[in-house]
Amino acid sequence: MNPSLNGHQPRKRANHHTVVAIVEDKPGVLMRVASLFRRRGFNIESLTVGHSEMPGLSRMTIVVDGDSAPVEQVEKQLYKLIDVIKVSDLSQEDIVARELAMIKVRCNNVNRHELLDIANVFRADVVDIATNSIILQVVGDEDKIDGLIKMCEPYGIRELSRTGRIAMVRGTKTTTVHEPEPERIARIHQTQGRRVEGDLPFSSD
Amino acid sequence: MARMTGAQMVLEGLQREGVEVIFGYPGGVVLPLYDTLPQYPGIRHILVRHEQGAAHMADGYARASGRMGVCLGTSGPGATNLVTGICTAWMDSVPVFALTGNVSRTLLGKDGFQEADITGITHSITKHNYLVMRPEEIPLTIREAAHICRTGRPGPVLVDIPKDVFQESAEFDWPEQVHLRGYRPTYEGHAGMIRRAAELIDQARRPIIIAGHGVIWSDAQDELVALAEKAEIPVITTFLGIGAFPEAHRLSYGWLGMHGMFYANMAADNADLVIGVGMRFDDRAMGRFKDFNPGVKIIHIDIDPAEIGKNFPTAVPIVGSAKNVLPRLTEHVREAKHTEWLQWIDQVREEHPSLHIRESRRMLPQYVVRTLYEETEGNATIVTGVGQHQMWAGQHYFYKRPRQLISSGGLGTMGFELPGAIGAQVALPDAEVWAICGDGGFQMTMQELAVVVDENLPLKIAIFNNGYLGMVRQWQQLFYDRNFVSVAMTQPDFCKIADAYGIRSLRVETKAEVAPAIREARAHKGPILIDFMIDQEENVWPMVPAGAALSETIEAPAEELAR
Repeated sequence: MNPSLNGHQPRKRANHHTVVAIVEDKPGVLMRVASLFRRRGFNIESLTVGHSEMPGLSRMTIVVDGDSAPVEQVEKQLYKLIDVIKVSDLSQEDIVARELAMIKVRCNNVNRHELLDIANVFRADVVDIATNSIILQVVGDEDKIDGLIKMCEPYGIRELSRTGRIAMVRGTKTTTVHEPEPERIARIHQTQGRRVEGDLPFSSD
Repeated sequence: MARMTGAQMVLEGLQREGVEVIFGYPGGVVLPLYDTLPQYPGIRHILVRHEQGAAHMADGYARASGRMGVCLGTSGPGATNLVTGICTAWMDSVPVFALTGNVSRTLLGKDGFQEADITGITHSITKHNYLVMRPEEIPLTIREAAHICRTGRPGPVLVDIPKDVFQESAEFDWPEQVHLRGYRPTYEGHAGMIRRAAELIDQARRPIIIAGHGVIWSDAQDELVALAEKAEIPVITTFLGIGAFPEAHRLSYGWLGMHGMFYANMAADNADLVIGVGMRFDDRAMGRFKDFNPGVKIIHIDIDPAEIGKNFPTAVPIVGSAKNVLPRLTEHVREAKHTEWLQWIDQVREEHPSLHIRESRRMLPQYVVRTLYEETEGNATIVTGVGQHQMWAGQHYFYKRPRQLISSGGLGTMGFELPGAIGAQVALPDAEVWAICGDGGFQMTMQELAVVVDENLPLKIAIFNNGYLGMVRQWQQLFYDRNFVSVAMTQPDFCKIADAYGIRSLRVETKAEVAPAIREARAHKGPILIDFMIDQEENVWPMVPAGAALSETIEAPAEELAR
């Protein structure tokens, strides 16, 4: 899909870097990372986080505005966090980068077909439909999503939600970590800092 | 394995980590821990008068001994009062282990009485912190926290434990090994980089070493001397690096920075190669970054990779500890002479001596420090607050060994002096420790005098009393057109305050009384406070004006020298 077909000019992203961080799946990790970026003045364009292929490890994809800081400093500062295990700058790599968006667009019986045609060109899915509204779900790189948004604007966008970028290096190379922990330590690490489930006795003394 | 309460596990764990002293203050949620303390007679608890004091004492203890310092506070205000001290340790990379209690788990997050999200609050000023939700997590958590605290680039950690976790019981399973996938400090230094650094050193005509706090923390003074001597490289230090290189050594040229020696600043600014060791090229040391010594090449040796390239581009980065890297570098460099370069610096020093104290009938603060140096034969451990007195103490006492000057550099925490010195004296009970205090900073933490009495510490306390927040007054004079606002202070009678605590005191109002007072203090077995009524308007020179480059260092103006 080439969004320029739609006359859409992609936003300038010359200096955006995609950084992948493999982190311990523990309470507070997201805050530590976000707090680090705020404190050091690094601008985050997007940040996504979810489970990785290793139990106990999460994968964060962070798009950093390279004008706000040298990406090398971002990497090094991230490494200083104890819960961050591996950091990779994918800027120089051949990667697949994707984002998902849901766009709730105003429509009516007259223009719905037009809108569905547009969705079709962008290979967007219709995931909800109502009398005066439609939700389109689209997956692709930012340019493609920007293109669809631009095309939907004249109809009226009621609501927009984007996931931010996730990325992976093409081919056999990986950016992940396969280092299991000793079982005794892993057991404690899995619960460290997590709330205890079930009723605890009330105590305010 | 034995079954223990959470409180027992904490103390057992700390004891296994070699902790002998805790500086703390009790409160509701840490009562289970205090209840357990008598079961651990190997751990001495020192009751402070404000938690900030506890954190600074743990810090002073750590800086004086090289060991981990431990402080303890209750939840809420107890924990937040530690924050200034934790941040002080953070900025200066000092291994302080902060232990806090929190409200019971059922109340966590519900704004319970005296609840504060201290792990959230201290994220950005600790190397790592932990909120412990189960007693069985305690042994591993204590072990990991202590490991993180004192390895790599040292720094503070905080462990927060809800009250009911102290009370619950579990099996005490002490891990022999620490396994942290995300924390593996590099000590060794890259062989290729070390060779490249050696080549640069061999080629340099005007090399200089800038030694920082990291040299002290990796205990690499001898290794530094060996390198400097083999390649005949002059050495200057940062303010926190004072003591990393013996100041009496022929290759020592003092320390650089905003109030560094004129010749040290000029040497740094005219070198063709700077070898930064265990230091972080901070603004107070380097002046305006963009105009620091254009064209200089930098070799940067530091254990923290994030420091390399942060403020200056680096020709050769070496990530590793000074202790490991310096000997290997020394092995690779050729023996050399830099006679011309040394002569150049010597001549600058001759023309701009910086540390000359002018003849004056006034009681100049520089004279007080110098007299203290002479009377103590340069052997005392000096702990300072922040401001003019700190700079004079750095300039006019000459230090021979690491850990001899203890001071808050990065955060610049006024009020550090008294609790910092208490910590140092606890660590070194037989050493002569002098707290050099500002009259402003002393009043920020002077309640800790009670600890001096409780613990019967032979601490010598010297207040540099000029009735002003002197450094602020100096800035208002120089940069705010003498518009003196909120800097003159009505001081209490510090001698009466000492008397109120049962501490002996002396007031010194004339120059002639300085040496006798110091002698009297040294002869006195217990603690003593001396209120030095120093000249009120003396300024600290040389000075790199705010925002200026090192090359713009100015010296005392003639009218000030004529005072």
